[in-house]
Amino acid sequence: MNWLSVLDRKLLRELFHLRGQVLAIALVVAGGIAVCVMSLVNYASLSETRSHYYRQHGFADVFVDLTRAPRHMLAQVQRLDGVARTEARVQSSLRLQLEGVTDPVSGRVLSLPDQGEPSLHRLFLRAGRMPDSRRSDEVVVIGSFAEAHNLKPGDSLSAIINGRWQALRIVGVAESPEFIYVIPPGSMLPDYRRYAVLWMSERALAAAMDMQGAFNNVLVSLQPDVPEEMVIDQLDELFRGSGSTGAYGRDDHSSDRFLSEELAQLRTMALLFPAIFMGVAVFLINVVVGRLVSTQRDVIAVLKAFGYSNLQVSVHFGKLVSLIMLLGILLGMIGGLALAHALTEMYMQYFRFPTLLFSVPMAQTLLVAVIGLLAGVAGAYGALQRAFRLSPAAAMGPEPPPIYRRARLERMFLLIRFSQPGRMILRNIERRPLRSLMSVLGVAMATAIIVLGTFQFSAINLIVHSQFALVQQEDMTVTLVNPRTVNAAYELAGINGVRAVESSLAVAVRLRSGHRSWRVGLIGLQPDAQLSLRVDTALERIALPEKGLLLTEFLLEELQVGVGDSLTVEWLDGSGEQSEVTVAGGSREFVGVGAWMSLPELQRLRGRGAEINQLQLTIDPQMRSAVLQALQERPQIAGVSERQAMLTAFNETIGRSFLTYTFFIALLGGVIAFGVIYNTVRISLAERGRELASLRVLGYRPSEVDHILLGELALLLLPGIPLGWLIGQQLAWLLVHLMESELYRIPLIFTAQTLGLAATVVILSAILSGVVAVRRVAKLDLIEVLKTRE
Amino acid sequence: MAEIVFQAHGLTKVYGDGDLAVHALRGVDMQLYAGEMVVLLGASGSGKSTLLNILGGLDNATSGTVRYGDIELGQASERQLTRYRRHHVGFVFQFYNLIASLTALENVAVATEISADPMSPEDALGLVDLGGRGHHFPAELSGGEQQRVAIARAIAKRPAVLLCDEPTGALDSKTGVRVLQALAKVNQEMGTATVIITHNAGIAAMADRVITLSDGRISEEHRNSTRADPAGLSW
Repeated sequence: MNWLSVLDRKLLRELFHLRGQVLAIALVVAGGIAVCVMSLVNYASLSETRSHYYRQHGFADVFVDLTRAPRHMLAQVQRLDGVARTEARVQSSLRLQLEGVTDPVSGRVLSLPDQGEPSLHRLFLRAGRMPDSRRSDEVVVIGSFAEAHNLKPGDSLSAIINGRWQALRIVGVAESPEFIYVIPPGSMLPDYRRYAVLWMSERALAAAMDMQGAFNNVLVSLQPDVPEEMVIDQLDELFRGSGSTGAYGRDDHSSDRFLSEELAQLRTMALLFPAIFMGVAVFLINVVVGRLVSTQRDVIAVLKAFGYSNLQVSVHFGKLVSLIMLLGILLGMIGGLALAHALTEMYMQYFRFPTLLFSVPMAQTLLVAVIGLLAGVAGAYGALQRAFRLSPAAAMGPEPPPIYRRARLERMFLLIRFSQPGRMILRNIERRPLRSLMSVLGVAMATAIIVLGTFQFSAINLIVHSQFALVQQEDMTVTLVNPRTVNAAYELAGINGVRAVESSLAVAVRLRSGHRSWRVGLIGLQPDAQLSLRVDTALERIALPEKGLLLTEFLLEELQVGVGDSLTVEWLDGSGEQSEVTVAGGSREFVGVGAWMSLPELQRLRGRGAEINQLQLTIDPQMRSAVLQALQERPQIAGVSERQAMLTAFNETIGRSFLTYTFFIALLGGVIAFGVIYNTVRISLAERGRELASLRVLGYRPSEVDHILLGELALLLLPGIPLGWLIGQQLAWLLVHLMESELYRIPLIFTAQTLGLAATVVILSAILSGVVAVRRVAKLDLIEVLKTRE
Repeated sequence: MAEIVFQAHGLTKVYGDGDLAVHALRGVDMQLYAGEMVVLLGASGSGKSTLLNILGGLDNATSGTVRYGDIELGQASERQLTRYRRHHVGFVFQFYNLIASLTALENVAVATEISADPMSPEDALGLVDLGGRGHHFPAELSGGEQQRVAIARAIAKRPAVLLCDEPTGALDSKTGVRVLQALAKVNQEMGTATVIITHNAGIAAMADRVITLSDGRISEEHRNSTRADPAGLSW
């Protein structure tokens, strides 16, 4: 080691000597860096993957659904201002039946050009080939569904398309940029087992749909820098007579919107979590380096007496801190990349990308590392300033005994007779109020991080509970291909095993108030509905107004309307008709944006008689298969969804990813807690080794000496944990606020489990640190400690 | 003849092994009698502190035996040694080792709270003439005063033996004398057998018996015909 200067050798030995603390600090730094890197990499990877996928496979900018338009109109679309490329397709909802699968499967079928690739929404073929346009039974099936049922090219399916049974043969498995997040229409959750997307040749699908020479779905990509609104307006004008439900942009495209939400959340995380973690790390560095410097005050004095400058001494300690930080940064980078990899793997399970581009944003990652390093140096700066204020002569003498006072707490509790160890604990805490406060804060921040990480889980649970247990009382929802009269309800009520049937009507509308508008499904519910209820965030039933619209509060704000105001309802059924409706109330719900009114009122406004298109059923659970079989036999039914199936799908996808995420955060919170507590204990042990040894010499048992250290620890935990709960709730409020969107309004609820878990993790970390302290006390070298002048 | 408090036979202490072995004690035999005051003289490295640490149950001999009453210290468990220190032996160190966060009285109470038949902390401080300083913290006391608090803390439990390792080592002559006076007073009034380690021959005159250690062995031992008053000592 001769190539190292003496100071550098000293540095390395000290690092080794302090290895426990060094590792604890490095772990905290690593935690901050890891969350940051994880979020940055996830964000970069997902957005990079998405834009690459969109580019390569031609994801459209604007979408139009129609009843029917003749082929030649596509040329008119192509000539519109701002349009780059177009694609016209035939599409339909369908119902599927698979060998050995009793569950109802619904889905969508889309056409592919008979020759060549489509200009937009080109498929990514995972297996097999594209359908041959000369064969009417060949289909390509989406990967999510194929994986869920282990389907391969060569397997068969039977489907009801346009009310007719049709036998199909799978020739390929593919993904499409419009189905990255595969959710059934109107749902919030993916359901890979029960929702399928198929592609078949245009010739075959047009024949099945009686759509030869026509299309009912248009995709448009825009020229650069063309505002979406401009093209949307032109398209609406063009397809006014074609039963257009109104052109819409990517914002209203469910797959893209879910992905954008996820990306926005990752970005928020990439900012919020690292800030908290780094803050705690800076505090730890400050305390530990401060301690290190004060034990070395005589060394610093000797160095200065020999002519070392303040700068040289600073560089020496700067190196020490930098090495610790670099270790943390390195661990954090490795950990962050590993976590990012694990998380993106998980994302890949419910975001259907062909391949994932694992992208590490170098510039940002380096910036994070530099911030980490600077944070550490800033922590050391204060301690060095204190050391330099001493003259070398003063620093070489023994440190004067620290000045203590009677603790105010003692006076507050005059009636309690404190033991001497009890007094030592209180006075030590009171003598260094700032450090004690910082330690309490450190514990609190660790607690807060865990609360922040885990509260979302109970929040999601509450959402699901309210959605599946309170809002949806029905066992099944049946959607009809075309609206029918209420006779459909009587027909289903006659099926053996069906206990009750309610009917409703869902229609696509655009709500307009001045220049503000919003596309939404307006649902008419029976005024006396018992199965499909609206429930607000307080879990109270929302009464359906007799007349007028009930809107979610989010929608009231977006449209800038209040109760009593009038709204224009544009019926997106291709009729181009519109009605004026009064807003009768607002509701606050956790999920989604919606508009409701009473069924008779909606039917009256539409003027098409007593139409319904959805039915809610409760059934005898024993009779489930028979009921499904009976429903399956009715071609006029477009799809059946089951509450239990939705719940299972939720638990399999979002539930699981949340659990993983929660686990990571709890783990990192635990790391912080351990870092803070372990360092607090070690510093206190180092500073008081002499006193503790004195007590041992006086005949105190090791357990009685432990009592002092552990008692101090307990006094930090006692206020730290509840404070952490409070801070965690504030941070959660901030997080919820930053992440609030039309899709979710995450409820701020803090269950006993959330708070208990945070406390448990922190207490476990404390116990672990306590065990280390107890073992140290047992090994205290009494002679050595007492002989040497500190 | 007075009762024997300590009986040590053939004590050796070796630190390290092989070529690096350091022989701190090379076969020491000694007795300590109830109520007597012994000064252990010796140069730095002569083994006197090692001997004191073994007597006090802070360290184990490599070979030989030390018996205190019925207890063979070499065979005692950690638990028995803790009990021994708690009830039977008092320590005074060169650097006082008071607890900075406790007042003088409370520092003494640290010892009295855990012993079976202690005197009151006030009485212990009175014995070392610090009755009026009980509510001061160590930072507010001079070095000599801190050392006297340490003596009060050591004797408050009424130990049979008081072991002092260079009690005046960190003090000037005048202050040191006051500390020695306190030790002499405790020895006379309470009959506590006292061992004082020092490299300072001037202190030897206040002892009943003076043992000189050099190179790990007892090189000289003599009895003073009369004990000098510490007030007359200087160094």
